[in-house]
Amino acid sequence: MRVRTEVRVEGTVQGVGFRPFVHGLATGLGLAGLVGNDAAGVFIEVEGDAGTVERFLRGLREPPPLAVIERISTRSLAPHGHGGFSIVGSEASGRRRTLVSADSATCADCLRELRDPADRRFGYPFVNCTNCGPRFTIVTDVPYDRPNTTMAGFAMCADCAAEYRDPADRRFHAQPVCCPACGPHVTLRDPDGRALPGEPMAAARALLRDGGVLALKGLGGYHLAATAADGSAVAALRSRKHREDKPFAVMTADVRSARSLGEVGPAEEALLTSVRRPIVLLRRLADAPLAAAVAPGNRSIGVMLPYTPLHHLLAGEPLVLTSGNVSDEPIAYRDEDAFAALREIADAFLTHDRPIHVRTDDSVTRVFRGREMPLRRSRGYVPGPVPLPAGGPPVLACGAELKNTFCLAKDGRAFVSHHIGDLENYETLRAYREGIEHFGRLFDITPSLIAHDLHPEYLSTKYALEQDLPLVGVQHHHAHIASCMADNERTEPVIGVAFDGTGYGTDGTLWGGEFLVADLTGFERAGHLRPVPLPGGTMAIREPWRMAAAHGVPADLDVARRNAARWDTVVAMGDRGVGSPLTSSMGRLFDAVAALLGVRDRVTYEGQAAIELEQRADPRVGDAYPVRLDDGSPFTVSGADLVAAVVADLRAGVDVPSIAARFHNAVAGLVVAGALRVRETTGLTTVALSGGVFQNLLLLERAVAGLEAGGFGVLVHHRVPPGDGGISLGQAAVAAARPHG
Amino acid sequence: LSHGAGGKATQTLIQAVFLDAFRNPLLEPLDDGARLSIDGASLAFTTDSYVVSPLFFPGGDIGDLAVNGTVNDLAVSGAEPLHLSAGFILEEGFPVADLKRIVASMRVAAEVAGVQIVTGDTKVVQRGKADGCYINTAGVGAIRRPLGGEVRPGDAILVSGPIGEHGVTVMLARGELDIESDVTSDTAPLNGLVATLMDACGEGVRRMRDATRGGVATILNEVAADAGVAVVVEEDAFPVRPDVRGACELLGIDPLYVACEGRMVAIVSGDVADEALAALRSHPLGAGAALVGRIKDDPPGLVLLKTAFGGTRIVDLLVGDPLPRIC
Ligand SMILES: [Fe+3]
Ligand SMILES: [Mg+2]
Ligand SMILES: [Zn+2]
Ligand SMILES: [Zn+2]
Repeated sequence: MRVRTEVRVEGTVQGVGFRPFVHGLATGLGLAGLVGNDAAGVFIEVEGDAGTVERFLRGLREPPPLAVIERISTRSLAPHGHGGFSIVGSEASGRRRTLVSADSATCADCLRELRDPADRRFGYPFVNCTNCGPRFTIVTDVPYDRPNTTMAGFAMCADCAAEYRDPADRRFHAQPVCCPACGPHVTLRDPDGRALPGEPMAAARALLRDGGVLALKGLGGYHLAATAADGSAVAALRSRKHREDKPFAVMTADVRSARSLGEVGPAEEALLTSVRRPIVLLRRLADAPLAAAVAPGNRSIGVMLPYTPLHHLLAGEPLVLTSGNVSDEPIAYRDEDAFAALREIADAFLTHDRPIHVRTDDSVTRVFRGREMPLRRSRGYVPGPVPLPAGGPPVLACGAELKNTFCLAKDGRAFVSHHIGDLENYETLRAYREGIEHFGRLFDITPSLIAHDLHPEYLSTKYALEQDLPLVGVQHHHAHIASCMADNERTEPVIGVAFDGTGYGTDGTLWGGEFLVADLTGFERAGHLRPVPLPGGTMAIREPWRMAAAHGVPADLDVARRNAARWDTVVAMGDRGVGSPLTSSMGRLFDAVAALLGVRDRVTYEGQAAIELEQRADPRVGDAYPVRLDDGSPFTVSGADLVAAVVADLRAGVDVPSIAARFHNAVAGLVVAGALRVRETTGLTTVALSGGVFQNLLLLERAVAGLEAGGFGVLVHHRVPPGDGGISLGQAAVAAARPHG
Repeated sequence: LSHGAGGKATQTLIQAVFLDAFRNPLLEPLDDGARLSIDGASLAFTTDSYVVSPLFFPGGDIGDLAVNGTVNDLAVSGAEPLHLSAGFILEEGFPVADLKRIVASMRVAAEVAGVQIVTGDTKVVQRGKADGCYINTAGVGAIRRPLGGEVRPGDAILVSGPIGEHGVTVMLARGELDIESDVTSDTAPLNGLVATLMDACGEGVRRMRDATRGGVATILNEVAADAGVAVVVEEDAFPVRPDVRGACELLGIDPLYVACEGRMVAIVSGDVADEALAALRSHPLGAGAALVGRIKDDPPGLVLLKTAFGGTRIVDLLVGDPLPRIC
């Protein structure tokens, strides 16, 4: 029987070679009809024998690599009887429901062309096709068509136009398609912007080889590069960037070369070679050929593989590749800003004339128990949606203050933004405001509800209050737990363990060592660390030694001696509550122990003391300090008791790696003991672990092992970071789940 | 109520309660003083209440604070301060010797400022119903010359001297912390300094504010919001005494938010910036004056601080007590 069927496909189906795929599939089966893009996705009409149409529909389930199908719906039409299958033009009208895809690493076909001297794109740093290349970073509007990208200014040459129009070609309707004759070009410039002589790529490679610092324009912004084995080059990069200690990531040419730096298991290899191309944290090899200044005092090393043709052409010896910024500034992405900001840092600029529309940092991820656990979710991942329970109104979730992301959610899909950064920075705040509008346009979401943190001073909170929409305030640690639940697509109540630096509590104090009984609609505080003063507020976070003082470390210990000039005053500030808000933070307890053990008195980046304490711990040590939960409701645990146990070991001459390990084991033990206590009263058996402290792998591994041994099911993060980058997803999940009217 | 810090919470309280109840064209601008026209005479009228703990501190006491504060509110509105009232609320049992000391320093402050205290009132409340001594002063001044209109892009931003000294002095004087310090309060009458500046720059002076509660940061936010302009200042340009800086670092507070009682922020036309700075520096109370930034058009309503590393930080109006925002 001859039938004609209309098929609608929704999801990430534009700019990913979907129409040529449909064309090939239909003509291969001898079906007649048409395919086209509209604002909602792809529409298809196929006509032919009923069984063949059935086969066509099955074939749709295996789309090209970058396509993500979320929904296929069909409807019967009256057959026309015409033959032939055509691709029809895009329609700009209607609602925009199609999804812009993430930027994608250069595919194998394009890479072959890049390296083939006979190909017309040989050595061309912008080769791409429907299966790879820039997307999110160049899209200015929807529908995803060339005029709505930063390629708009480049008119295709006849050869490219022919490929673009040929349904059988890999570049059919590849919006960024271009070649040396018609596309963007790289130039190598001196810090004053003057073009340098010679072939740019070769000259850039030579500059790196000779120990220079190169600024290069990547997909989402400018990066700074230096040869990773070159101690003086890396040291120069550090000092010019005012980045004292924070580890640098390294780009290697291929997996084989990555294996010379760190341990690459199957899961790490899959992440390294994925089209997302994140920075993957690897356990560093002792003999890795890296300058000491690349990642001082760190057992892991962040490695990524080239993700654009430009990076492929540059790759050789491992290169430090770090964001093009000064200190804590956001990464530069406009040419004039980059030259202004980086002129004292870079010896030369490898730049090009394709604008970047959205600043997007490299993503950072790692493997925990064989599965991905992201630390920064940005380029390559964004704007891929995270599923949420359907229903609920369209929501804007404003996120936290540091490592901010925002999230727009509608119809069961949460679009978590790229890493925005620290909002008190004006450039970042501007990117935040513009990003929210851009996402709203791209995904056709007009929020009717705004979710925000409770901290009155967060600029994201202030942004929320400025909007003229109903608000849902979501407590910071509830948002962490809800984020972990949404990440795992769970909705039933859990025992939430949220350990982080600080977040605003419902009682106006700063929380951060929290046991919650939570679901998406609400939470109860079941237990927490006993509050201690934070002497000097933010200064106590910058100077971990103050947290040692706040936890009652005796004045005859080294940490007190090293800080003798201010020790007594800081103790008095805490005792008398002068400039000392109270906190139940777990991160600050780690700080206290790190300072006490002489690991670090002052930090230059967030979480540094805890990270270095983890690096110092001896993983072979299995014993732990005892932890005691009191009988209160909520129960409390004394961090000062743990500190006292550390002091006793220190006085007894126990080595630092053993003490650090015992402390980690004690905190893991606390997680288990707290969960058991909550299980007694609630019967809940699932534990969600979230908050920045759970980026500590030693702690996480031991906590999960202990919980599983205790019969708990454990949820950890796989899609968004456990840190504040995941907060917006949690806020969105809570807001979407709240009863509303 | 937790509306003391002088930031956004206080503003909200004022708008929600007082403006609603008393609304009239003279109150509407919510300036520190009202400008009145009575039988052809232009007058400025202002009032302020003083609560400070401790009552006596290095460099001053609640008495000269109460005189100088009202003198300064009049002076920075462009008026010449003339007559003050003084109202006292005393806790039962408050030592007469202390009261005499306070009143004596008020007399001296009035003499220095060239104003007269012409009327007053005293109430005594039960023990525990007040903390020693509160003072309210009100003042009238004559407006003899106009200021130079709206703040606009290109204008220069000056501070008349090192910031944060009064607030740090009072915090340390509470004696909760055993900190040795030579810092003294900057309490002083600004009318002489204002006159010097206006003599030199005339209508090049757009706007002046004394940086009291909430510090310079709060004043700058008000300027940005009122004029719909961007205030762009340089972190390194602000004069801060090293011991004030040290105490602020220890206490974890930003000197930009710390109260002054004898410092002002002046916004002047860009083309008289040099003359304005020279004029301020020619006066003993302005010896440490500095040009700290400029008015820009974008982003309107925000105060941006250029940091030493070339970054740009937002200096926001605080909602309440500053709490760390770091996770
Ligand atoms: Fe957090
Ligand atoms: Mg006043
Ligand atoms: Zn390709
Ligand atoms: Zn071409």
